[in-house]
Amino acid sequence: MKVSVGHGLSGAEKRLEERGISRRDFMKFCGTIAAAMGMGPAFAPKIAAALTADNRPSVIWLHNAECTGCSESILRTAAPYIDALILDVISLEYQETIMAAAGEMAEKTLHDAMKKPYLCVVEGGIPMKDGGIYGMVGGHTMIDICKKVIPGALATIAYGTCATYGGVQAAKPNPTGAMGVDEVFPKATVINVPGCPPNPANLVGTIVAAIETVVNKKPLPKLDDLKRPLAFFGETVHDKCERLPFFEKDQFAKSFDSPEAKKGWCLYKLGCKGPYTYNNCPTKKFNPLDKGVGVSWPVQAGHPCIGCSEPKFWDTMSPFYEEQK
Amino acid sequence: MSGSKPQAIPVTPKSNYSGPVIVDPVTRIEGHLRIDATVENGKIVDVRSSSQLFRGLEIILKGRDPRDAQHFTQRSCGVCTYVHALASTRAVDNAVKVKIPKNAIIMRNLVMASQYLHDHLVHFYHLHALDWVNVANALKADPAKTAALSNSLSPNRKETAAQFKAVQDKVGALIASGKLGIFTNAYFLGEKKNEAYYLPAEADLMATKHYLDALHMQVKAARAMAIFGAKNPHTQFTVVGGVTNYDALKPERIAEYKALTDEVTAFIKDFYIPDLLAVAGFYKDWAAIGGTTNFISFGEFPTDEYNLESRFFAPGVIFKKDIAKPQAFDQNQIKEHVKHSWYVGDAALHPYSGVTDPKYTNLQDKDRYSWMKAPRYMGEACETGPLATVLVAYAKGHKPTVDAVNFVLGKLGVGPAALFSTLGRTAARGIECLVTANQIPVWLDALVSNVKGGDTELYTPWKMPSEAEGVGFAQAPRGALSHWIKIKKGKIENFQLVVPSTWSLGPRCAAGKLGPVEEALMGTPIFDPKRPVEILRTVHSFDPCIACGVHVLDAKTGETASFKVL
Repeated sequence: MKVSVGHGLSGAEKRLEERGISRRDFMKFCGTIAAAMGMGPAFAPKIAAALTADNRPSVIWLHNAECTGCSESILRTAAPYIDALILDVISLEYQETIMAAAGEMAEKTLHDAMKKPYLCVVEGGIPMKDGGIYGMVGGHTMIDICKKVIPGALATIAYGTCATYGGVQAAKPNPTGAMGVDEVFPKATVINVPGCPPNPANLVGTIVAAIETVVNKKPLPKLDDLKRPLAFFGETVHDKCERLPFFEKDQFAKSFDSPEAKKGWCLYKLGCKGPYTYNNCPTKKFNPLDKGVGVSWPVQAGHPCIGCSEPKFWDTMSPFYEEQK
Repeated sequence: MSGSKPQAIPVTPKSNYSGPVIVDPVTRIEGHLRIDATVENGKIVDVRSSSQLFRGLEIILKGRDPRDAQHFTQRSCGVCTYVHALASTRAVDNAVKVKIPKNAIIMRNLVMASQYLHDHLVHFYHLHALDWVNVANALKADPAKTAALSNSLSPNRKETAAQFKAVQDKVGALIASGKLGIFTNAYFLGEKKNEAYYLPAEADLMATKHYLDALHMQVKAARAMAIFGAKNPHTQFTVVGGVTNYDALKPERIAEYKALTDEVTAFIKDFYIPDLLAVAGFYKDWAAIGGTTNFISFGEFPTDEYNLESRFFAPGVIFKKDIAKPQAFDQNQIKEHVKHSWYVGDAALHPYSGVTDPKYTNLQDKDRYSWMKAPRYMGEACETGPLATVLVAYAKGHKPTVDAVNFVLGKLGVGPAALFSTLGRTAARGIECLVTANQIPVWLDALVSNVKGGDTELYTPWKMPSEAEGVGFAQAPRGALSHWIKIKKGKIENFQLVVPSTWSLGPRCAAGKLGPVEEALMGTPIFDPKRPVEILRTVHSFDPCIACGVHVLDAKTGETASFKVL
């Protein structure tokens, strides 16, 4: 089923009808998104209301110091697929990795997008040292661009461990003074979706929840004390790990070539950081197809979790192949 | 039109504009790049390629556990995911002198192969196509004629007018709504038509549909990669000594990888390559624009991890476009120059003895203008990437590559000289993708046969030496990548990355020789200085990946961070 809400600011339901998409089909589509968000079917009507609302905001996606892995991750979403997400569900007005415009026209696009209500998604840490000279876009420092865009956003979603907590460039000794969005803009409305990169289902869910908040003036989704949505970051990787029964029986793989490793025993002694990491990797997994089920995740592939959705994990969780002290 | 190829070679129009043209940000790439060109009478006469982001990964690595390096370096680039993890792991494998099991070599190859498939598909359709395809013009197409055109390009295409009409409606609704999303302010939009775009409307509509189709197909290529690699982006399955993924040895997992890669390979054969040939057929003048002179490839897909010459694509160097005389690659011939970069001094040093002493000036500086260094091989700027790999393989008579090159050149009715161009670079990426895809079943069969024979070994134990050095070479989708490690007291004493984008997009060297992308842009015609799509065509044909191209900075002292000769 191909659902297309379109971008007109009003009359979305009528447009759906004109395209031969019944209310029932549309609700099914919203149900898929709800499932991808880890919400029950009861959430689908709320999503439907948010997606057809007349005052849906557009989305501005900023790139700071990053590797573009977060942009790539969102291209892997399958519920909905990326074209439905960026062309139908939201209006992605500025995104340097996939946008057609470049140079001055790209800058103009950003300025125009800011004239209307918008949500901001930030990818990458913000280099703060030496006046921010270590990261420039269009002749402006990244911090200057963030200062222009973030305070005016209805809400800002920091996507990935760089945008949330500074990320890999903020690892000691943090040569460029990289910081997370929330650290730099404590007064802004920020939701953190960490991970390196995060599971894109967690971003889709957060964007839809944020639209719901903006459209229906509902409170933000429930967040933990690190501003992560509890729906996705409420439990540790360890809690839901398929190898948990081995942990509980003290059955550990002691080297990567051991019979225990081949049998899929617990990787804790090989350095797994699952018990210290809040994320939904074992249940969501990565790289889903239409039905939203991922194909694998690190522990399934026999590799310890490195704790990539925790603040400063590059320093606090390493060495990665040693048991956490 | 009815699927026939245009007869006359078109000519990209040029204006009589004289003055500066700056493209910053260059979008649809990884990272932050600025192109600063001077145009005289409608042609580029001077140009500078400037990297705009500095992250300092190499200094962050100092003092850490060598086994962890791959996780840090993989975050150099999320588009070229995995390749840095592989290069780092190979560097440490090399330093600790571990011989990894056969199955580990194959599994690493299978992950790399699916990365090539994924990366090249996304590059062609999502990062590069909008430089050639006018999405707005697709509205003028006749859907029935578009279906006829498309189906004429491959016997396996069964596309219908209704499907093309649906895409047209979608684009039409987008434009009517005024909320254009990612197409806002594209260089093909504007009150006046941008004459630099000249596909027929039917070809524009066909490519627009396949742009959307490929968005779904790339999900499958990435999923194939994740079966062996745990996830994409940023795999987590390779370790010093081999790989860890016993789960992927199960027959049902191998079958799923095969089904996914078969489907993606079919898309490459039936859509990517025919679309590439069709678009190229209309833009044939670009077979004479955007060429460079020298090429370097490290080769990829080893059967023996410890022998570069065992790689499916062989390593090698081509000088002065002379494909009759491919040269052997010698790692001692690499030097990195800083005379025109934001670093102190003008020394040109081998990576092992590299010195990095950052000194930012400003964006207006024409003398020092990039965070990238300028690597040179025997003093020459060398382009790297699929064109280099294909030229070396072609020059060495690698049969699958020779066949694919001859097929593509034959279809376009051009000779090998056409490879040395923007179009040739884009075609070579398709060729590398196709040849790699065709080889996947061979590797997969070898893995299946080993497992059936009872060999499930994936990892060889090893001991961390107190002192050691090592180098890991990889041929990323964007080209020649090398990681150099020095270990002392079991920790990283020094780590150096020499990456594809510094080879291809770095600045001038001490001798004042232009970097490859600068050389390629010289003489490029510019029709509309406000919408310089011609610059994007050539820059994107290199598939820039900028974040990994930036060098080390010592934050504590702001001074030298050196990599010493061992």
